Amino acid sequence: MNLIREKIQLSADVYQMVVEAPLVARERKAGQFIILQLDSSFAERIPLTIADADETAGTITLIFQAVGGTTRKLALKKPGESIENLLGPLGQPTHVQNFGRVVCVGGGIGVAPLHPIAQALKKAGNHVTIVLGARNKDLVILEKQMRALADELILCTDDGSAGRKDLVTVPLKELCQGPDKPDLVVAIGPPIMMKFCAETTRPFAVPTVCSLNSIMVDGTGMCGGCRVTVGGQMRFVCVDGPEFDAHLVDFDNMMLRSKAFRAKEQADHECFIQEYGVSQ
Amino acid sequence: MSVLPSLLHDEAVKLWAELEGKPLSPKDRLGIPMQEMPAQDPLERARNMGEVALGYSAEQAQIEASRCLQCKTAPCVSGCPVSIDIPRFLGFAARGQFQDALGVIREASLLPAICGRVCPQESQCQAPCTLGKSLKNPLKAVAIGRVERYVADACSDQLPPPAVKPDTGKKVAVIGSGPASIAAAADLRQQGHAVTMFEAFHKPGGVLVYGIPEFRLPKRIVDREIETLRQIGVDIQTNFLVGRTRKLKDLLDKDGFDAVFVGTGAGLPKFMKIEGENLVGVFSANEYLTRCNLMKAYDDQRASTPIYRSKRVAVLGGGNVAMDAARSALRLGAEEVSIVYRRSLEEMPARQEEVHHALEEGVRFLTLKNAQKILGDDQGRVRAVETLSYELGEKDASGRRSPIALPGSEALLEVDTVIVAIGNDSNPLLRQTTPELEVNKNGNFVVDEEGLTSLPKVWAGGDIVLGAATVILAMGQGRKAAAAIHRFLSEV
Ligand SMILES: Cc1cc2nc3c(=O)[nH]c(=O)nc-3n(C[C@H](O)[C@H](O)[C@H](O)COP(=O)(O)OP(=O)(O)OC[C@H]3O[C@@H](n4cnc5c(N)ncnc54)[C@H](O)[C@@H]3O)c2cc1C
Ligand SMILES: Cc1cc2nc3c(=O)[nH]c(=O)nc-3n(C[C@H](O)[C@H](O)[C@H](O)COP(=O)(O)OP(=O)(O)OC[C@H]3O[C@@H](n4cnc5c(N)ncnc54)[C@H](O)[C@@H]3O)c2cc1C
Ligand code: SF4
Ligand code: SF4
Ligand code: FES
Repeated sequence: MNLIREKIQLSADVYQMVVEAPLVARERKAGQFIILQLDSSFAERIPLTIADADETAGTITLIFQAVGGTTRKLALKKPGESIENLLGPLGQPTHVQNFGRVVCVGGGIGVAPLHPIAQALKKAGNHVTIVLGARNKDLVILEKQMRALADELILCTDDGSAGRKDLVTVPLKELCQGPDKPDLVVAIGPPIMMKFCAETTRPFAVPTVCSLNSIMVDGTGMCGGCRVTVGGQMRFVCVDGPEFDAHLVDFDNMMLRSKAFRAKEQADHECFIQEYGVSQ
Repeated sequence: MSVLPSLLHDEAVKLWAELEGKPLSPKDRLGIPMQEMPAQDPLERARNMGEVALGYSAEQAQIEASRCLQCKTAPCVSGCPVSIDIPRFLGFAARGQFQDALGVIREASLLPAICGRVCPQESQCQAPCTLGKSLKNPLKAVAIGRVERYVADACSDQLPPPAVKPDTGKKVAVIGSGPASIAAAADLRQQGHAVTMFEAFHKPGGVLVYGIPEFRLPKRIVDREIETLRQIGVDIQTNFLVGRTRKLKDLLDKDGFDAVFVGTGAGLPKFMKIEGENLVGVFSANEYLTRCNLMKAYDDQRASTPIYRSKRVAVLGGGNVAMDAARSALRLGAEEVSIVYRRSLEEMPARQEEVHHALEEGVRFLTLKNAQKILGDDQGRVRAVETLSYELGEKDASGRRSPIALPGSEALLEVDTVIVAIGNDSNPLLRQTTPELEVNKNGNFVVDEEGLTSLPKVWAGGDIVLGAATVILAMGQGRKAAAAIHRFLSEV
């Protein structure tokens, strides 16, 4: 049982929760995630990145977008209620060192997992440029926190309602072409965004890391459901990742695989709307 | 063949009325008909999750036990990996003293209700049975496992939880909660040590709860064993992945554990390494079975974990895992399920009973065929499997005839789902996070004859040592290691 201490709504469907998980808070490092399950009998297990942790308070912070059955049910939980099962920290921690100049690109909810990584990279002495992307102004999350830690922040929206009216790949390309070519790019967001970030940096041979969000069940390397092709080899995101060399990832296959259960997800979503009388 | 359960019961009542109390010569015993296992109707059960084999009645158990010749040398005992005193327990069972029979079994095995159901008896205790030899048919040996199951089902609830010795002040960590760990935890706790069991999943039981399906091993039976552990005071910590939630070394160095038993199993699915294995609709058996069993995806009204609703399924492999996956697919509503296996039916490593049950339920067996390639449609979904045919050549090192490919025999099997069930390697997480642990080339822990690893104070047993093996072997190793740990703790 993991008690929910706080809940804040960050945007229309993005929530931040502080949850008691002392063992996870003690061991976790940037880049790692947890798997949670709302109840042991019939609920599914879903992965969420550890956005932050407080070892002394024994809590971790989760930031999630209510996109389907489970995340919507989670969003309805109130402080004082609990999450029945929570396993972590999972995955390999981010490789943090002083690379020099680092560009962190975050799209949509990907900004949440990006935050602890940018924080760690900054702490290691890197010059950190952050590129944030969202569809519109209301969907931008964590701008303040990111601004506080970045040496430079570039905000982009698809419709121009905040910052530049550009896709994140446009400023990314400018940075690669500029005099201070980055030593490392970290891109986290929708698979399609990560794919195009990889294509943008490839001609400049800038090492690029992405964090994959494939479908998971156990998160311990037992089921193989999270497998992706990286450099022609089968890798498991939950134990070998979630971060990989973006230039080697087969994004097209990954995107197909993440739609494997669309029909059931859609049905659950409709159930949810009937049960709780809310819709998007 | 499946006979109506009520008919089997009636016949057994009649037969037992004739046999009861009579002195039986060996010849009489040879003449007693082997008791069939009552089972659900094949077509009905292929669409439900209820247990397939329904279990003997008391009379059937007594009749079957009466077939035992009570051989002086008891060759059956040497076939049982934990050396249950089989003639003695069968003797009690034949006299209807089922509690005493269970007592005999419990001297050697902690999980009779489970082993009676899932042991490959035909290659273990029943293989050397004199009765089967006399009848010139190993399948007519005394059905030891079925009687074992009966006495366990009939009497386990009447048994009080085992007595626990006074606290020793020593702490043992048991990692994993499969049969190896259950056995180790039970034995260590009974010796008075404080035992904490760490399990990564949200439910304890290991493969018994996430792999072996409900229709073969009902969850309530595993739950009962876990409940017994709780009753005797084993602290079970679920959602705890040793290596990540806490390093193994930290359990010893920082958390005050005096010894560790590792029973983490063989949980790394093997793939075929053929083209198309990452298409949508290709699952490892582990994933498919976990979704179906542990996550209860078969109950799609209530469960939120999705599973594929397949029409035509190919299962690659021929072991227990393949049978379980194929039969689960049927129960999830597939119209056609085919097992694709490289060798012949006789060579299948699966339990015989499961192969028979699968055949009865309508699973197709495409033997002497192997998948070469998986083909997809323009959406990246599975469309077909390309198979190649084989013939059997000379016997190889394992004593099985090795398959030889027949060039030009490629054929297409149209399916929308492929389940890869060709086995498991050991999960690499613990060895990656504990580099001091010595492993062999398959990643299995190297241990001495008592289960001690290359790391002091750390023992291991079950599939993590043996590679994918059996429940009874895992349990036996758990007990052996527990005995060694207890000796070690008594000395320090
Ligand atoms: C390592 C990792 C870290 C993640 N971190 C975050 C995070 O910090 N914040 C956040 O909002 N989201 C994160 N995600 C994605 C999050 O897990 C999914 O949004 C969530 O599972 C959706 O579940 P649902 O039932 O609400 O929606 P559904 O309607 O069931 O699914 C919506 C989409 O989410 C994906 N998804 C569904 N089930 C799973 C599953 N069991 N595992 C993984 N993906 C699934 C599928 O692509 C699906 O199309 C992360 C995913 C991974 C793999
Ligand atoms: C589908 C299937 C069918 C089978 N059918 C039969 C059969 O009919 N008869 C038979 O005798 N055998 C059968 N087997 C084999 C048998 O189940 C195994 O040999 C046996 O379960 C091994 O027991 P174990 O205790 O070593 O490990 P497992 O049962 O594998 O349990 C290991 C447990 O450890 C947990 N774990 C792993 N790593 C960690 C970690 N780092 N921290 C915490 N927990 C961890 C896992 O989550 C798991 O719960 C079958 C196996 C499968 C998969
Ligand atoms: S434990 Fe298994 S091998 Fe041993 S007697 Fe029982 S069924 Fe046979
Ligand atoms: S070998 Fe067969 S007949 Fe002989 S004691 Fe064992 S079970 Fe009985
Ligand atoms: S989620 Fe099962 S292996 Fe990664």
